[in-house]
Amino acid sequence: MTATATSARSDLSELGRSETALRTFLHGLPGVDQVGAEQRAAQLGTRSIKTTAKAQAIDLAIRMVDLTTLEGADTPGKVRALAAKALRPDPADPSCPHVGAVCVYPAMVPHVAEVLRGSGVHLASVATAFPSGQAPLEIKLADTRAAVAAGADEIDMVINRGAFLAGRYKEVYDEIVATKEACGDAHLKVILETGELATYDNVRRASWLAMLAGGDFIKTSTGKVPVAATPPVTLVMLEAVRDFRAATGRQVGVKPAGGIKTTKDAIKYLVMVNETVGPDWLDPDWFRFGASSLLNDLLMQRTKLTTGVYAGPDYFTLD
Amino acid sequence: MSERVAVRKTYKLFIGGKFPRSESGRSYLVQDSNVSLASRKDARDAVVAARAAVKGWAGATAYNRGQILYRVAEMLEGRRDQFVALGASAAEVDAAIDRWVWYAGWSDKLPQVYGGANPVAGPYFNLSAPEPTGVVAVVAPESPALLGLVSVIAPAIVTGNTVVVAASPSAPLAAVTLAEVLATSDLPGGVVNILTGRLSETVPTLAAHMDVNAIDLTGVADAELAAELEVKAAENLKRVLRPAPADNDWYADPGVTRMTTLLETKTVWHPKGV
Amino acid sequence: MFEYAPAPESRSVVDIKPSYGLFVDGKFVDPTDGGSFKSINPASEEVLAEIAEAGSQDVDRAVRAARQAYEKVWGPMPGRDRAKYLYRIARIIQERSRELAVLESLDNGKPIKESRDVDVPLVAAHFFYYAGWADKLEHAGFGPNPRSLGVAAQVIPWNFPLLMLAWKIAPALAAGNTVVLKPAETTPLTALLFAEICQQADLPAGVVNIVTGAGETGRALVEHPGVDKVAFTGSTEVGKAIARAVAGTRKKLTLELGGKAANIVFDDAPVDQAVEGIVNGIFFNQGHVCCAGSRLLIQESVADRVLESLKRRMAQLRVGDPLDKNTDIGAINSAAQLARIRELSEAGSAEGAERWSPPCELPDRGFWFAPTIFTGVTQAHRIAREEIFGPVLSVLTFRTPAEAVEKANNTPYGLSAGIWTDKGSRILWMADRLRAGVVWANTFNKFDPTSPFGGYKESGYGREGGRHGLEAYLNV
Repeated sequence: MTATATSARSDLSELGRSETALRTFLHGLPGVDQVGAEQRAAQLGTRSIKTTAKAQAIDLAIRMVDLTTLEGADTPGKVRALAAKALRPDPADPSCPHVGAVCVYPAMVPHVAEVLRGSGVHLASVATAFPSGQAPLEIKLADTRAAVAAGADEIDMVINRGAFLAGRYKEVYDEIVATKEACGDAHLKVILETGELATYDNVRRASWLAMLAGGDFIKTSTGKVPVAATPPVTLVMLEAVRDFRAATGRQVGVKPAGGIKTTKDAIKYLVMVNETVGPDWLDPDWFRFGASSLLNDLLMQRTKLTTGVYAGPDYFTLD
Repeated sequence: MSERVAVRKTYKLFIGGKFPRSESGRSYLVQDSNVSLASRKDARDAVVAARAAVKGWAGATAYNRGQILYRVAEMLEGRRDQFVALGASAAEVDAAIDRWVWYAGWSDKLPQVYGGANPVAGPYFNLSAPEPTGVVAVVAPESPALLGLVSVIAPAIVTGNTVVVAASPSAPLAAVTLAEVLATSDLPGGVVNILTGRLSETVPTLAAHMDVNAIDLTGVADAELAAELEVKAAENLKRVLRPAPADNDWYADPGVTRMTTLLETKTVWHPKGV
Repeated sequence: MFEYAPAPESRSVVDIKPSYGLFVDGKFVDPTDGGSFKSINPASEEVLAEIAEAGSQDVDRAVRAARQAYEKVWGPMPGRDRAKYLYRIARIIQERSRELAVLESLDNGKPIKESRDVDVPLVAAHFFYYAGWADKLEHAGFGPNPRSLGVAAQVIPWNFPLLMLAWKIAPALAAGNTVVLKPAETTPLTALLFAEICQQADLPAGVVNIVTGAGETGRALVEHPGVDKVAFTGSTEVGKAIARAVAGTRKKLTLELGGKAANIVFDDAPVDQAVEGIVNGIFFNQGHVCCAGSRLLIQESVADRVLESLKRRMAQLRVGDPLDKNTDIGAINSAAQLARIRELSEAGSAEGAERWSPPCELPDRGFWFAPTIFTGVTQAHRIAREEIFGPVLSVLTFRTPAEAVEKANNTPYGLSAGIWTDKGSRILWMADRLRAGVVWANTFNKFDPTSPFGGYKESGYGREGGRHGLEAYLNV
């Protein structure tokens, strides 16, 4: 069982001081039965969201998109175009909301910042030697500071999976603490890279570790390994933020990233949020989708709902 | 020189591993001997003894139960003359001994033959295994007194049940003598309990008893009585074993139905995951 | 707030006739000595159809048709051909699954997501599974020459109308018997649609006969001297009456009766999955499930936390229109059942247990009962001993594994049990000691045609499903 609510609040902040305390706590979390968790996620996926509920879900999902490009081939021109799309996803329909954020590499941040300034769309930058995290800590922290200095107000860091899997929890914890400090006022999203953690027990432990260390969001994936966000992984992370808030009073956001391509997928995630953690998290401040192609599918479905006619990809921008 | 005066045996009941007289203090004359005339209360006491023995006997390893049944065969082999003297044919005694051996071997095989993994359509380990039903009331056949008795007791207990047996009223001496064999065969007290006397006194009590899980009506020849007993047994849904008379060729291969009727199948599911 | 808009499944896929006859000897016929009754939609109290009530002459006619079919057609037919008919039926069920699911939800009140995702797929799977046995009986482990019994009289309940039909008919036919089946009087419609499926499959006349009616029809059927086998699923009370009725007849009898299962949660349980299992255990099918986990036993050290999670989860349950795809809990099957649930729940409160339900609006028409838990329950309470057969959970606590076993087994029933713990050896220790026919460890309410199902003690005898399920229909 996790520590009980109020009485444990003060204790939890002490955990990071010792490897033993962290290990004892993380290994004392309730286990996750794989089959049961996957069944629950699948069951939530059978909800039928139609008409007004669907329209509401689509607009919410658009507002939650972290419109992302993380390619070696990214250029200032490419990311500016993406930022423009983030502001006006559907130029033909001014009632269409803007996305939650644009997510790019640190070097691209200044170019995006020019476009987004004053828009309310957040600017997220990956950092800490994304996606592997295999660099000295000073370099990872410098990476973070540079991104923030260039205008990012959200930092997506990667945890040290090698250290985590080797059981060196304090090392992982300390890195997150240090990165959070380097972020200053910027929000910190902690990427667990769940595809490399292999088990839901590990996902739950890593989620708690990231939250204990001060992460503002926990995020599934970099999108750079074969297994990215899945509904059951997200379910386990949602349960973790729910329990964490109950134990500490602090709310942490969740961001599934990678592999979410269709409106249908996105709505399944929203149903999961709704029925696992409730309306408090149904907000771009607390739930995001790390995605790129998802946005156009949301826009096509949105148009279908308003016009009654199935849309085609030629009518939506490909930036 | 005077002839030696024989020491006669007192034939008593067999309850909880002990040989008490009937609590009613009654006996009846049969096979030239005074044999205890069991009462309803004796039947009740026997059920209590049988219930108390379930945990240990059902919980014993199959290997252990098999060895004990084999031990019964060994002890019976040593007493063959005694049973012949009570009227059994040599062939009957041989068959009775062999029957113990046959059932002894089933103890650790029946769960394999009768249980196993079920290939369910999902990520689950799923296994069915037979378990003893608990306390079984057994009406032994009138004859053959020894082979018939062995053929109803052995299949009930080999799987871990305990029994209360109503012995053949007209030939109870084999039953009481078998009790002596059982008492010296490492069989825990209470696994087999034997009542002698009138079926009309003990069997309806057993059939109606709410702490008896099954009843074997093999020895009830009267169809009307059998039906009455089945009605009583329905009160707590006892498993009822009532073979067709044609199936009672005691020298034939017994098959497994006697064992399986007195078993429950338990199926356990567990997810397979990491 | 994220409100789900109504998402009703269309009922136009089903064509309900105004009235139905009995299905005897391959045809729908009017009853000769019976009357008729109405089947209603428990979610709206609307009359769905007028159903023939079979009297004793009608039952006799059906048994004679079954006997004739057994002797002339089905008995002599090679197993491989019987198999093909069963495969055919399985396929038609898959093809008409939408229709069957909608009709089941209309007549029974269960949510469409369950009839669609659980009942009907399992029905098809059951026929598919037993079809394969029809020509392999000598390999089933019952000796070299297992023989069919003859005519099987089958009486089934209203909680899983079509699934219980499949559990009865598929093994009976595979083993070479013919059947006369009586569906429950509140849920006859899918059985009658199944009769049409038998016609569509060109199943020989008389192999399957369906006689609709209430208790009297059932009594006439099981007491009919022309039947060789009686199979019943329903209440323990009726099961005992049937056992008495067939006493002395040498009819082979199998009974699948009531339960009061313990669902046992240890302090090291995977708690989120355990909560799902508790919810599924008692609220699946409105709790109209003989193996429902109706007694929750929680280790005292985690009781508060588990209950808190459970209540939070219960607040997410959506009660309402069974045809809405998002409904989790549908209608109670009948006014009589609703009255029984209410009576026992009131007894729970009167005996001092604390009652809780999430806020939940119930429709005005139809039969409804909010998901309910009782805490502070002891073994002495009626709600801990009697089968409620509704969405009502009794919560008890325990301190040690031995106490959990003792409480779990302290009931005349013995159908199922649940264990939630991360410790493998404890699962096996517990499973050994629980006197129940099905033990679900870290899961609950899972069913499969290959997996034997049935109870200990007053939960009945015999098994349905798997190789074991064949034995009920064979002379071995």
